[in-house]
Amino acid sequence: MADARPAEQFASLDQQRDVAHAGMWVFLASETLFFGGLLAAYTVYRIWYPEGFAAASTKTDVVLGTINTAVLLTSSALMGAGVRVAEARGSGRAVGLLLLGTALLGLAFLGVKGTEYVKDAHDHLVPGYDFEFDERLRRGAELFFLLYFIMTGIHAVHLTVGILLVGAFAVRAWRGAFADRLEPVAIAGLYWHFVDLVWVFLYPLLYLNGRAG
Amino acid sequence: MSTIAVAPGRGPDESAIRIPNYLNTGTTLRSWLLTTDHKRIALLYFASLTAFFFIGGAAAVVIRLELATPQGNLIGSDTYNRLFTMHGIVMVWFFLVPAVPNTICNFVVPLMLGAKDLAFPRINLLSWYLFMAGGLLTVASLVAGGVDTGWTFYTPLSTLFANSYVALAALGVIVVGFSSIATGLNFIVTVHKLRAPGLTWYRLPIFIWSLYATSVILVLGTPVLTIALVLLLVERILKVGIFDPALGGDPLLWQHIFWFYSHPAVYIMILPGLGVVTELVTCFSRKRLFGYKFVAWASIGIAVIGFLVWGHHMFVSGQSLFASLVFSFLSYVVAVPSAIKVFNWTATLHGGWIRFDAPMLYALGFIGLFTIGGMTGLFLAALAVDVHVTDTYFVVAHFHYIMVGGMVSAFFGALHFWWPKITGRMYPEYWARTAAALMFFGFNLTFFPQFILGYLGMPRRYHAYPPEYQVWHVLSSGGAVLLAIAYLMPLVYLTWSMFRGVRAGPNPWQATGLEWQTPSPPPKENFATTPVVVRGPYDYRDRAAHPQHG
Ligand SMILES: [Cu+2]
Repeated sequence: MADARPAEQFASLDQQRDVAHAGMWVFLASETLFFGGLLAAYTVYRIWYPEGFAAASTKTDVVLGTINTAVLLTSSALMGAGVRVAEARGSGRAVGLLLLGTALLGLAFLGVKGTEYVKDAHDHLVPGYDFEFDERLRRGAELFFLLYFIMTGIHAVHLTVGILLVGAFAVRAWRGAFADRLEPVAIAGLYWHFVDLVWVFLYPLLYLNGRAG
Repeated sequence: MSTIAVAPGRGPDESAIRIPNYLNTGTTLRSWLLTTDHKRIALLYFASLTAFFFIGGAAAVVIRLELATPQGNLIGSDTYNRLFTMHGIVMVWFFLVPAVPNTICNFVVPLMLGAKDLAFPRINLLSWYLFMAGGLLTVASLVAGGVDTGWTFYTPLSTLFANSYVALAALGVIVVGFSSIATGLNFIVTVHKLRAPGLTWYRLPIFIWSLYATSVILVLGTPVLTIALVLLLVERILKVGIFDPALGGDPLLWQHIFWFYSHPAVYIMILPGLGVVTELVTCFSRKRLFGYKFVAWASIGIAVIGFLVWGHHMFVSGQSLFASLVFSFLSYVVAVPSAIKVFNWTATLHGGWIRFDAPMLYALGFIGLFTIGGMTGLFLAALAVDVHVTDTYFVVAHFHYIMVGGMVSAFFGALHFWWPKITGRMYPEYWARTAAALMFFGFNLTFFPQFILGYLGMPRRYHAYPPEYQVWHVLSSGGAVLLAIAYLMPLVYLTWSMFRGVRAGPNPWQATGLEWQTPSPPPKENFATTPVVVRGPYDYRDRAAHPQHG
């Protein structure tokens, strides 16, 4: 335990861990309001253009979207398991492998999403670049796809940050860096679950809307 | 006061110099630019904010010069638009929002809490770099030719019609927003987790409560502005409709999202001032604060209710009458906690042992000007009156009474109050009082005529006007000259005092806060031993009776 000394502004390791957790929670509160602005815009325009939104959301690829949802939920399960193993002071290698799995699933998600973007471009669904739609519903559909690209794009940026973070932690965990400092893993986990949770909201809004009932 | 050149080991100066403090441990440029010491970061912010204050001020000077005559004979309308926009953007995001939190609070909050630093010292440094990056982007847009939309970036003017550097300025505001969020996050966690032993919530100075409320708004409001500006950039760059009605968008959505941040931002700009004034009023009247818990919770009340009143900026924008009624009512409600503070300060002054040092002059000026600003805010919250004075100089005068009369006064009050702690030296009292008095007089001369102008119907944001308004504009421009002199004075005498001021000692004001229990300037680690707190703040009665035990 010789290395386990708190940073100079803290009185104890406990305090340091508390601070790190609190910092992440406050950050996530801020992130919630950030995505909240987007959800507000989505809500307003879905009320303005119910038919355009319904028609447009049937053009998204529900199969790939659903696969991606499963991929991301699985990644969160691995992340959760990694945090549990770390907290139980299990082997650093096990934590490393679980985090690696998490990051790889995140990468897989990005790959599928990229495929979807290519397909959307092919189907003339990119506003401001190449957009074709039934004239009657065009206004609403265009707003829908604009929001679709902004929302999934910002989510992908967040996920990329998460992949880099969790990937780096996977390597460090494998090397035993977290033997007596567990909070970085738990905090990366909080972030990962948040990004996952954002997708849980985006999935029904962007893929299921026009397909229900 | 003798100079520094005293024989070794003789005068008090020499012994004071030898004591290691945060200023003399490490003097290289690198030790400043890579510092994680909250006190040094505060000074980095001081330097940058001073520069931005004078950039924004210079724009105001040209505006007031132009308005001295009814004809637009100094600058054209397009230049005028760019000047008031730049004045607004720079003053709001690069001075008023960070003014007290990033300078004064950065310096004194860990000291007030008995902590060694903020919770995240490196994030604190990062926030300064983000601030500078945002500032450079905004200054670049200024140099390239400016922005002509007003600081509110109303759509679709800003997205599809403005032929100016909107994208660059918006990007600058986005980046400085990240700096705000980092700052707010740091303070929230620090206040929760880094209080000294015995420092319970109800033993915290009101300054900390105010800053906490401010930080909550910074963390929860700023991201909404960020996403609004992202949407604005998308519409402007891709020419697709989000806010433009011709393309199917809704311009009111911009106003809703923008004011959801920007009304609470008013409280970001004033709440720290309310905290400063509480510290000054108690210290310079040697009294306990009247109704501590009311004042403390009033800060939180302002932060919460402040998120629910944004629609009062849109009474004439076409929002529904029912929404306007609700927003009008809530705008009255949010005035209640502010009024509680004013009443409690007054009650604290009552029967106090009042000293009129410069910080107290600023505090008293604040109370008067903030009250006028607040009361005229109620005129604007009333639907019928607002329709009459919307977009007139009445509105301009109202928010300058809060922002400049209130917040800038509080900033200078705080600066003078904590100056001895920051530099270890006293400022020259005579000059400071003169500047405070001149600032108060100059401010009123500048902005009171604008209430009358607005009531008479003079709209804001015009560079030329009918001749019957001229007398009020000339008064206002004359006041602005006095105000400019009053702002330049501290720059001179405070700089002088850094080198020649009288040594302050740890507690020149006999104040009660923890920050006064450590040397001035404080050592790098703030306290030799972590203080233990056994009583509440503002314990001034005992001190007046037994000053030698202070
Ligand atoms: Cu407002």
